[in-house]
Formats: sequence, structure tokens, C-alpha cells
Amino acid sequence: MIDAHSLYGPLPDPAADAGYHEHPRRVGFFTDTSVCIGCKACEVACKEWNNVPEDGLNLLGMSFDNTGMLGANSWRHVAFIEQDRRLGVQDVELEGLPTGPSASDQDAAVVAEALRHTKRGGGQLGTSPADLPFPSLPVVDGDGQPGSRDGLRWLMASDVCKHCTHAACLDVCPTGALFRTEFGTVVVQQNICNGCGYCVSACPYGVIDRRPDDGRAAKCTLCYDRLHGGLEPACAKACPTKSIQFGPLDELRERAAGRLSDLHEAGVPEARLYGEDPGDGVGGDGAFFLLLDEPEAYGLPPDPVVPTRNLAATWKATGLAAAALAAAAVSAFAGRPGRPGRGRR
Amino acid sequence: MKTREDLAVPKADFRSYYGRPVLKPPVWEWKIPAYLFTGGLAAGSALLAAGADLTGRPALRRATRLGSVGGLTASMVLLVADLGRPERFHHMLRVAKPTSPMSIGTWILVAFSPGSVLPAADELVPARWLPRDRWPGRLLTLAARPAGLSAALVAPGVASYTAALLAQTAVPAWNEARWELPFVFTGSAAASGAGLGLLAAPVTEAGPARRLAAVGAAGELAASRLIERNPALFARAYTTGRAHRMRRWSELLTAGGAVLAVTAGRRRRAAAAVAGLALLGGSALQRFGVFEAGQASTKDPRYVVVPQRERLDRRRLDRRAGDDDGDLRPAGPSRSG
Repeated sequence: MIDAHSLYGPLPDPAADAGYHEHPRRVGFFTDTSVCIGCKACEVACKEWNNVPEDGLNLLGMSFDNTGMLGANSWRHVAFIEQDRRLGVQDVELEGLPTGPSASDQDAAVVAEALRHTKRGGGQLGTSPADLPFPSLPVVDGDGQPGSRDGLRWLMASDVCKHCTHAACLDVCPTGALFRTEFGTVVVQQNICNGCGYCVSACPYGVIDRRPDDGRAAKCTLCYDRLHGGLEPACAKACPTKSIQFGPLDELRERAAGRLSDLHEAGVPEARLYGEDPGDGVGGDGAFFLLLDEPEAYGLPPDPVVPTRNLAATWKATGLAAAALAAAAVSAFAGRPGRPGRGRR
Repeated sequence: MKTREDLAVPKADFRSYYGRPVLKPPVWEWKIPAYLFTGGLAAGSALLAAGADLTGRPALRRATRLGSVGGLTASMVLLVADLGRPERFHHMLRVAKPTSPMSIGTWILVAFSPGSVLPAADELVPARWLPRDRWPGRLLTLAARPAGLSAALVAPGVASYTAALLAQTAVPAWNEARWELPFVFTGSAAASGAGLGLLAAPVTEAGPARRLAAVGAAGELAASRLIERNPALFARAYTTGRAHRMRRWSELLTAGGAVLAVTAGRRRRAAAAVAGLALLGGSALQRFGVFEAGQASTKDPRYVVVPQRERLDRRRLDRRAGDDDGDLRPAGPSRSG
């Protein structure tokens, strides 16, 4: 069944679009970052269950985040962001205390400088070690004056493959290794992937990557094996605060809408959903989020678009250029008979 | 000490997660831009070879037939070597997907190969081994022309699909240049094939190569300028850093080579050879420059965040203007309905 929105736009049933006649309901994740406590149990449980290799031991100076980003060897990634502001109406009882600024910005800047000079400029995090010389992090010399900081919030968010409705990685895969499952999720078949790397450049979220030692692409499978056994994915199972919720996508969307209005009523107006809108650039995410800041603060693209939205334009431009080349070649031979080159001297 | 704001050039007018990339930089290495060049060379050469065959230019025909098969062979080696699992290269032949320019490209190369290999075999295999008056030899000679024509028919696809391959990614510098890149690449392919013809054929036979060089170079340079003049942020990836330096040299070599080809190159073999070398060098640098621009645009989150944030804010403003209630919720993708 091919829908008018097979390539772009709202698509109610991606599994049916992929050719499944009878299939279970589409499942996904709702990651409510407002209750994430940064325990990283999801990262560990994912590695344990899926036998994901280590991604290198790094000291990144990014608060408590030493994973860096999602990659071939990190299928869950917990982001940590320290901010000098309050969360909602909470009182962090800093007023009047001698508090210096947070060290994390300066630590991050030191590491960032070293990271920028590595081959993939930090993009290798989550897949392989960054190989930084051990950074010497400066001691922050805060002025220690009372009232130098009256707010503090620590944002934590567990990132994961979005299992897009329109998945760029799947669209561009030239071997068919990436496929749409009956659950509406997107999975790499390890016995098919030949490591061409096209999916890595196609993903608008920077999720999927190639393992340098193994040569194949790898990413979250939404625990395809556990789904077959009627179990929830390992990360959701391990999450102690229900920040990671697993279930049928339409139920999760309802639950998220309720949680969002609760938070707005409770005085957290900055709460917003990310990736839940079927009208967005990827047709909505199978794994969506409740965030407390702009998506880019978490390293998420603010308005990602699947490259296939422009597929027709791309092929049109390509065809025109090919026609122009053919015309140029024909005219190079047909044009101007009797001119030098044709005649013999 | 530098702060995070200082590190981001030119000024941090956007937010990001510790200044880190949002996208994964392509895992492709030098082999892919090298293939972009050799593939283009194979295509440009095949076009000239078919024309030279039809119009009776034996030296130009021989040089470009060999250039076509040489470019094709190098391309195959580079493409397979760049795979994470080279022994699985044939998995590309499991499917044909119009959404994947790499898949379409695989089939284009499959269609191109026999027409590139057979005519070159006719040029290369000496009559001593394969007498042309016996049937196997006669068959090869008979097949050479139609085979060469079939390659010429597919060649524009070989030259252009690689632009679609780069454009169908999330890499800002490639994706945003989807209208111009195919013309840059076909122009570059024409210039490199013509460069080979100028280098290897006598001036009396190289007329079509000179004309193709001029047209190809003009097309490539014009499309390339269109990319650089684009006011959108992605163009900065082409006009700064290593990509910029490589593409400036490419422009000089391509323009210089084309001008030399149609002036002194019409009479003097040495001038034609220099022009040919310049065109080949210009084409190779163009491919490496475009590749480098793409890499740079993934490593700096600015190229991802800034245009997307602007798009989002504009959409929100539009929605608010059309909605008297005034959706005053703070930033963030608002829920539809």
C-alpha cells in the first residue's frame, strides 16, 4: 500500500505503508525528561541486553555526561545541562549563600577545543573514544559573593533513535539492510549491512553510525527481540522514574498531552513536546520527548526534515543536468563542421 | 581563556549542546571524493569515445575508451574499498530503490560497465592474441561500437547521480545545494573527460574535446558560483576554510585550462596537454572541495541549528498572526490541533 504521504507528511500507519497487511499497533517511547534523574540505568541496560560494545572511556567536561552523543555503540545517551535558573517555582535555597558560577561551561570549553581537532570533530562520540590528551580542567575562581547565583536547575534527558515515520536511514539504504518492522520501528539487519555509510549522513538527528572495528552500521532496535517476546525494551524496563515510557504510540501521545498540561498548570511553562507532531518534517517520531528547554540545548535539531521530502526536486535537477551533459556532448561533435579538428592540415 | 562562545565562529547567535555537532560527520574518507572524480572521468570519456568512434577520430577514440575503462575500474576499487564490509559489496544488488541514489547509482554503473569495457578490450587486446579475421575477434570489433554507444547513453547518469547521492543526505551543505550540485558535477565530468582527450589526442582530432571542455567548464563554474552566492548560511561552508581554498584552485585550473584549450591548444600539442592536465586537476579539486564543504557543515552545529530555528520561529509567527487567541506558550514545537 503506497500512500500519498509515503515520502513526506503525516502517515498514520507506516507498517502498512511498508507492506504489512496485518500487524501489531505501532509502538514507541515517550521520554519525559522532567522526571529523569540522570542515573544512566537506560544506557547500562541497553548495553547489557543488546551486547553493545564499549564506546570508549572519556572525560568530556560536560557535567555528568561522558558519553557525548548517540552513536553506533551508544543507543541511549543521557544529556546533562546545568543552568543558572529555577525550574518552575522550586526554591533551591541558594539565596544569600556564597555560590560561584557552575564550572561546566568552562570545563566543556577546554574539552571542546581538543575535540575540535579530532578527525570527526566530536562526531565520533558514542561510537569510539575521543582520544583526547587528558584535559586539565581549570578551577573556577567564583567570586563567592552571597547571591551570585539564586537559581539552579539540572536538566537531564535520555536521548534515543527516533524511529521516524519517514526514516531517512531506511530510505537511502542501498542494500535493504535497514527495514521497517511490523511494530513500525526501524531496524538494521546485521547480516545484510555492508557498511556503505549512507545512513550515517542521511539521519537528520545524527543517531546511526558505523562501528569502526566491525564495519557495519548500528543503532537502537527498540529491542526488536524483546518486542517479539511481549516484553518492553530494556531501557524502559530499567528506568526507575518512568521517565522512559514504552507503549502504543497513540496512547503515549495522549499521555504526553496530559503530562504537558499538568506541567503548564504547575507553573512550568517552558515544558514542551518534541517529535510528537505527525505534521513535522519527519512525519512524527516513534520516540518523542517532553523537554524543558529548546531542543538545540539538548543537542537535538530544532526542525529536522527527512531528505526524501526533496527527492523529486533532487531527481529533477539531476535529470536536467544529465540532459544538459548529453546535449553538450552531441553539440561538441555536431557543431561547426569543417572547423579545426575536423579538417586535416 | 576561551569560552564556549569564543570558540564558535563568528559569534554564538544560537544555542547548542556544549557546541557539539548535531549530525554525524560522514564516515566516508578520501576514497569517495576520489570516486566522484574517477566516475565523472569515466562518464566524460565514454561520451567522447562514442563520438570519436562515429566521426572517425581513432586517436581520440582510443584515449577516451581507455580513460573510460580506467576511470570505471578505479571507481569500482574505490567504492568497494570504502565499504565497512567490502566482501559484501554485492549486497547492493539485492534491491533497487528510487529513494536511494546509491542504489540507483549501483544499477547505473552496472548498465554502464559492459559498454565501457568492451570497446576498451577491442583497443587493448592485440590482434596477435585475438585475430580480428576470426569470429571471436570479429565479434569483439563488431560489438565495440554499439557497446560504446550504450555507455554514452548511460554516461550522463553516471556523471550526475553522484550529486543526487550527496543531496539526499541531512548534510546541510549538500542537501541545500540540490539544484546546483548536479550541474557542478556534470560540468566537472565533461571538463575532466575533455581534459583527458586534450592530453592524449593530437590537436587535429581534439576539436570536440576542446568544445566539450569549454562548455563543461562554463557550466561547472556558473553552477558553482550560484552555490557561493546563495545568501543562506550553508553557502558559508563553501566559501570558508579548506573547502574554499580547494575550490578556488579548482576554479583557476578549470577556467585556465578551458581558455588555454580553445586558444593555444588548438594549434600546439604541448599547450593542449597543459590545458588537459589543468582541467583534470580542476575537476578533482572540485570534488574534494564539495566533499570537504559537506564535512565542515556537519561538524559545526551552526549549520543545522540556525536555519532550522529560523524556520521554526517564522512558522510560529505565521501561526500566531493567523490565530487571534495568540498562542503564547513559550518556544517549542507546538502540538497540532
